[in-house]
Amino acid sequence: MKIRMNVNGNWREDDVEPRTLLVHYLRDVAGLTGTHVGCETSICGACTVLLNQEAVKSCTVFAVQANGAQVTTIEGLAREGKLHPLQQSFWEEHGLQCGFCTPGMILVAHQLLCRNPHPTQEEIRKGLEGNLCRCTGYQHIVKAVQSAASKMSATEPVRAVAAAG
Amino acid sequence: MATALLGERIKRKEDPRLIQGRGHYVDDIVLPGLLHLAFARSPHAHARIKSVDVTAAQAAPGVVAVYTGADLQGKVGMVPCAAGIEGLKVPEHPCLAVDEVRYVGEPVAVVVANSAYTARDAVEQVEVEYDPLPVVVDPEKALAPGAPRVHSKLADNVAFVAKLEGGDWKALEAEPGIKVIRQRLINQRLAPVAMETRGVVASYSPGEDLLTVWSSTQIPHILKTQLALMSGVEENHCRVIAPEVGGGFGSKLNVYGEEGVACYVSKALGRPVKWIESRRENLQATIHGRDQINDVEVYVRPDGKVAGLKCWIIADLGAYHQLLTPAIPTLTALMIVGAYHIPCVFVETKGVFTNKMATDAYRGAGRPEATYIIERVMDLVAAELNLDPVDVRMKNFPSPKDFPLALPTGVTYDSANYQRTLKKVLKAAGYTKLRKEQERLRKKGRYLGIGLSTYVEICAMGPSSRMPAGGWEFGSVRIEPTGKVTVLSGTSPHGQGEETTFAQIVASGFGIPYEDVTVLHGDTGVVPMGIGTFGSRTTAVGGTAIYLAVERLKKKMARIAAHKLGVKPGELEFKDGKVQTAGGEKAMRFLEVVAEAIFAKQLPPGVEPGLVEQCVFEPANFTFPFGAHLAVVEVDPDTGEVRLRNYYAVDDCGRVLNPMLVDGQIHGGLVQGIGQALWEEHVYDENGQLLTGTLMDYAVPRAHQFPWFETATTETPTRVNPLGAKGVGEAGTIGSTPAIVNAVVDALRPLGVRHIDMPLKPEKIWRVLRSASAA
Repeated sequence: MKIRMNVNGNWREDDVEPRTLLVHYLRDVAGLTGTHVGCETSICGACTVLLNQEAVKSCTVFAVQANGAQVTTIEGLAREGKLHPLQQSFWEEHGLQCGFCTPGMILVAHQLLCRNPHPTQEEIRKGLEGNLCRCTGYQHIVKAVQSAASKMSATEPVRAVAAAG
Repeated sequence: MATALLGERIKRKEDPRLIQGRGHYVDDIVLPGLLHLAFARSPHAHARIKSVDVTAAQAAPGVVAVYTGADLQGKVGMVPCAAGIEGLKVPEHPCLAVDEVRYVGEPVAVVVANSAYTARDAVEQVEVEYDPLPVVVDPEKALAPGAPRVHSKLADNVAFVAKLEGGDWKALEAEPGIKVIRQRLINQRLAPVAMETRGVVASYSPGEDLLTVWSSTQIPHILKTQLALMSGVEENHCRVIAPEVGGGFGSKLNVYGEEGVACYVSKALGRPVKWIESRRENLQATIHGRDQINDVEVYVRPDGKVAGLKCWIIADLGAYHQLLTPAIPTLTALMIVGAYHIPCVFVETKGVFTNKMATDAYRGAGRPEATYIIERVMDLVAAELNLDPVDVRMKNFPSPKDFPLALPTGVTYDSANYQRTLKKVLKAAGYTKLRKEQERLRKKGRYLGIGLSTYVEICAMGPSSRMPAGGWEFGSVRIEPTGKVTVLSGTSPHGQGEETTFAQIVASGFGIPYEDVTVLHGDTGVVPMGIGTFGSRTTAVGGTAIYLAVERLKKKMARIAAHKLGVKPGELEFKDGKVQTAGGEKAMRFLEVVAEAIFAKQLPPGVEPGLVEQCVFEPANFTFPFGAHLAVVEVDPDTGEVRLRNYYAVDDCGRVLNPMLVDGQIHGGLVQGIGQALWEEHVYDENGQLLTGTLMDYAVPRAHQFPWFETATTETPTRVNPLGAKGVGEAGTIGSTPAIVNAVVDALRPLGVRHIDMPLKPEKIWRVLRSASAA
């Protein structure tokens, strides 16, 4: 099937099998391997991307369901070589170890901060509930999200990445 | 040694690529002509394979080949086991099962296809006819006479029996007033669940007779040796690369059958092949952790002094040995006295085969079990004698002056101050106040519990004499003509952050910017030799190798600079990008010395050109990090739910090189250890079917289940290595599990609860509460 999709600001057209999962389309067709497959069942969140600005688990979305949509992956978050405040904060606060869950974590945190720019620790933990990390024990991730929240509210209103793409 | 940078909170070198999705894990490797593998696996826990019909699978469009166990027989070596235990029975462990399957998920055939989707589809068309055999799942039942045998060629299901004994038991048993406390403790089976599942890309080039393998592994060099032996490609024609590895926790400290198969298929077809494990496969067929039954007998004097400890360990090994399967429970025996001076010890460890996936190293590997035993024992003693758990621990700690301390278990602890960490955690938690609060709440019918764990662990593995295949580590340091420094390490960090820590060691040694140092690891084509990353050894052993290589280079550079400056080499120091005399009167820029060494115009007589040094560091002993943890829980009497209210951890991992990374290791370890105490268990039913085969069923902890961890450190350096670092990768996991269980049991003490086995899920607690109220 022919599909058309805006991925990280660029429109592309491809022919895919109807059963192709969005995550495999992004990784194998679009060559964006920053999105990872962790469980293939929507439980771990490693494959989280933004689909029309909403965080989805791309291992259980068909590529054809994203026809006409705007998709943001981890590769699309930095702008003109400048890291997104969330990326910066994950770096500064040691919010990652092996890095496998990190793209998904950052994107789900992005949605969290779009919806709630000043979350409490409790709200951050709740917001990250759908994403598993086996390395960090979550504390530095929570810290990174807190730090990104203050950076983002200090410098600019929270922007929706996909829309700007 | 220069100290700038060491001990500082330095941001990681690894991160810029990982936070932008630009790292390369195995599944991100794409090669021209790449084929994909999928495995047909046994649905039975124990069965004879009557026939395997691959006709339909073979005929499916896009399928290139299908191989069965019979096809591979004699062409691929067995899955290796490196554990050396006297009298150990090592059954044959083919990469693909041939006549019999012995656990659910055991690979039976492999499909090779032009896409991963096609390969998986075709696996469904592999028709295997099985003749089910009697299954044995419970290791105690496996020991019973007449039990079904996992391996019919063996007389029974016992893989080995090991005994460890020390002290004057005769005198102790005859001692008047000695009290004996008995308890059975179950350490349940767990799944490591690295977020990246296993994966392998194998590429054989017939022209060069060169086998290149990308594997999600913690031990690329060991894997290279083993894959060479399994595949028949000479080892000097093999190269193993561990690219980014998405977590391991011991589960990738192994050599798996699928890796052997991938090498064989690539060689047979002359094309590169890829296999990426699904999560279901990961839960079934990647090694599991723990799974021990521990029957303990504690000999205690009326004042709370523990004089003797006996333990009978039944270790459920699963159906086959993986790389270190039988060695893991022997570490439990080794560390069973924990942080206490217990003169008499007796441990009998029985390794038992069952129809389950093999157990092997999972974060802590044998030591969490030991710590759980001894820390539960301390609380059992306290409860029995009605003493405060703090007092029992203090009474049994050795004095800081006693170190190095030789123990009846045959190990010698390097250095420690257990009193200091315990006092520090009590202060941080406000212990006295907490006990008062507990009293108050109890009167109101609320169940607050306070749990302690004062653990010690064995790290920095280790002296080669005590390791199955060498315990040294390789490091080399090379200064390029531009003054940039390239470091090679035989370790294989995969999230721990040693690209950063090692750069800190090197930059601080040379007095140069941290940015000028690059650390390479995880490629046997780049790093000549190595052991790998496990057993909290990477910094303590691998970092020391690098530190010593830096020292050797500095000696050489000092000779060269001294020759130019007309001073003695011993007068020179490395500081702020210069090699200079103490006051800086005579100095050369670092880069000038590098140029002298490499362009070699005026070298002192006998000095070779170039700046490259290597070191293979052999540690004289393990290290023994320790700590004190305190958990505060509240049990909901209506639902049985345990709420973890506070967690305090004081850890001593020797000298801290980067406090941010140490914190990260502790946090991650805590969550895994707490996960075992409260939620995680990998469950087989009586037919050997895995009930927790997806992440819906296996409870990996999530962010909202934890409070803010309060962590602190003390620093008791070790003399085992010049860095003074002990290791921290497993501490959190080892320390936390008993702290939580002790806290929950403490909460329920008014109900007469003395022990509950893990995981302390609401249902289990609720039943305890119900039966207590009924009584």
